[in-house]
Amino acid sequence: MTTLDIKDLHVSVATEDGDKEILRGVDLTVNTGEVHAIMGPNGSGKSTLAYSIAGHPKYTITKGSVTLDGQDILSMTVDERARAGLFLAMQYPVEVPGVSVANFLRTAKTAIDGEAPKLRTWVKDVNSALERMTLDPSFAQRSVNEGFSGGEKKRHEIAQLELLNPKFAVLDETDSGLDIDALRVVSDGVNRYTAQGDRGVLLITHYTRILQYIKPDFVHVFVAGRVAEQGGRELADQLEAEGYDKYTRRSDAPAGAGAAAQA
Amino acid sequence: MSTTIADALELEHVESHLHPEGSFEVDDHPVPTGLEEIWRFTPLKRLRGLHQDAPLDGAAFTVDVEAADGVTAVSVPVADSARGASGYVPVDRVSARAWQAATSVFEITVPKDLVTETPTVVRLTGSGVEHAAAGHLLVRAGAFSHAVVVVEYAGSATWAENIEVVLDDGAQLTLVTVQDWADDAVHVVSQHSRVGRDASLKHVAVTLGGDVVRASTSADYVGTGGSVDLLGVYFADAGQHLEHRLFVDHTAPKTRSNVEYKGALQGQDAHTVWIGNVLIRKVAEGIDTFEQNDNLVLTDGAKADSVPNLEIETGEIDGAGHASTTGRFDDQHLFYLQSRGIEEEEARRLVVHGFFNDVIRRIGVPALQERLVEAIEDELAEHVGRIG
Ligand SMILES: Nc1ncnc2c1ncn2[C@@H]1O[C@H](COP(=O)(O)OP(=O)(O)O)[C@@H](O)[C@H]1O
Ligand SMILES: [Mg+2]
Repeated sequence: MTTLDIKDLHVSVATEDGDKEILRGVDLTVNTGEVHAIMGPNGSGKSTLAYSIAGHPKYTITKGSVTLDGQDILSMTVDERARAGLFLAMQYPVEVPGVSVANFLRTAKTAIDGEAPKLRTWVKDVNSALERMTLDPSFAQRSVNEGFSGGEKKRHEIAQLELLNPKFAVLDETDSGLDIDALRVVSDGVNRYTAQGDRGVLLITHYTRILQYIKPDFVHVFVAGRVAEQGGRELADQLEAEGYDKYTRRSDAPAGAGAAAQA
Repeated sequence: MSTTIADALELEHVESHLHPEGSFEVDDHPVPTGLEEIWRFTPLKRLRGLHQDAPLDGAAFTVDVEAADGVTAVSVPVADSARGASGYVPVDRVSARAWQAATSVFEITVPKDLVTETPTVVRLTGSGVEHAAAGHLLVRAGAFSHAVVVVEYAGSATWAENIEVVLDDGAQLTLVTVQDWADDAVHVVSQHSRVGRDASLKHVAVTLGGDVVRASTSADYVGTGGSVDLLGVYFADAGQHLEHRLFVDHTAPKTRSNVEYKGALQGQDAHTVWIGNVLIRKVAEGIDTFEQNDNLVLTDGAKADSVPNLEIETGEIDGAGHASTTGRFDDQHLFYLQSRGIEEEEARRLVVHGFFNDVIRRIGVPALQERLVEAIEDELAEHVGRIG
């Protein structure tokens, strides 16, 4: 078992009006073999948490720690974190002009494994990973995410998850913007990944819809930059029935106030 | 439709800085001061007098030729040449001086109807910068011919040159110019293409070497259906000045042009200039044009100037547009690649190759494409690891 441990994490971003604190003391422990759903309203800091774990340069950690089996993640570069076993499926995957998906995937796989994948099996692996995500094999020749629809970008993220097969996956609203067929395809991919065992998932979502397909072991309600409540699956049902109102009303947080502007 | 270019020009005289009056007489072109619109970006002091009165009688160069079957590539005395066939009239002093000084014309002729995949390669290698020299190249593509011509420059030279390109009706020509000069070369070249009815020209400018390279590239059309693609890839290192001046003169209806230049810059005082001028004359109804220049600034201390310019005299066009971008590495690109385990240096390499990829893919000459990818790799090997 491996453990991703987030302790009292405080994160801020630089804005025109100075630094703004977005995460205000996040505590979260994810073991491999577990699926944790993080649910919260827009602007509550879910993406900030995901980016901070991955090491996005825009976010500054002001306090707290993130460790992987006791190893300090925050002192690592972005690529070191990925090679240590972390993966982030982004809410808005980035277009990289002129870099083909095939080249990108091969380079990433080589970096993660420390050696180039065997050519013959690799091409097959890529094609079937794309196929499982109902992406045509011709996507391998296209530029990374360029001209992909929103749904194609998300499916491409999960194809990468399957190919790179990290220890921990942070999935930031992978379900947003997917139609029901795509949602099933993506959920199947995530479930295949977790079924291997010894894999951990932090499933960030705004809606309960995806939880019909991916069953979380734990649900955390994320509000105003911290975990406001946690529980089992039943918490998701409660959120489905009642919404986030009772949490947002309770909070007077600036990040919560930003939610209206962002939504 | 049988309007000749001369008719078209008589039909409408355009008062435009895009269309300066040309002249073969050197004295009609005063010595530039650097304040002139067409000279304001060029470091005149580094031209070794090409723009003044430096004798153009140097001979320290060699020319190697590999011609495709059926294509002729020979040097002929000016008197026996077809010089002027493109209708070009020198528009600046260096060009006029080169015109007057040239004693021979290097003529590459693709006969009518000849179709060949084999590139014809002409390689000019200079062996000294001290004595400036003048050259004249004329490429003629006969009607319905289909050919690839590659002109390469290497070594050291102070070189003033005119290039004329003539495409007869229905000809398809890919012309590649590769500036692979040594660090001390100075090259000022004017290139003009006259595109026949239904003919299509693809010019690929690859500019990597040289201390100063200033390439003025223009094209016009003698009939409908003409098509021009001007593609460019340049990579400026510390101290280099690489200047590309494009002018597409839509002198006939139903013609198209597409200009796409991409450049990277790295190192102190690396300087690139891209001027993209397109003139759509009143007669040029139903044309389609787009021009684009993108610059990737890899380090501090480098500077990219980019000026697109579109002048439209008729409203009856299918499409006209331009775009110009100059930027640094995009943090988002690097973050995405790194988040997949790819080391920063490797991520930068991928992004730079990706940046050039779109335009390289459009060259359509696989051997050259591969060489170009390698050349970019070599440029990157020197610096990119240290870029922060
Ligand atoms: N770069 C930034 N500059 C300023 N504010 C930001 C920046 N990034 C995020 N924020 C703010 O931080 C809050 C949390 O954003 P985010 O993490 O994207 O929330 P979520 O993913 O839960 O919708 C929002 O109020 C958002 O506007
Ligand atoms: Mg978000």
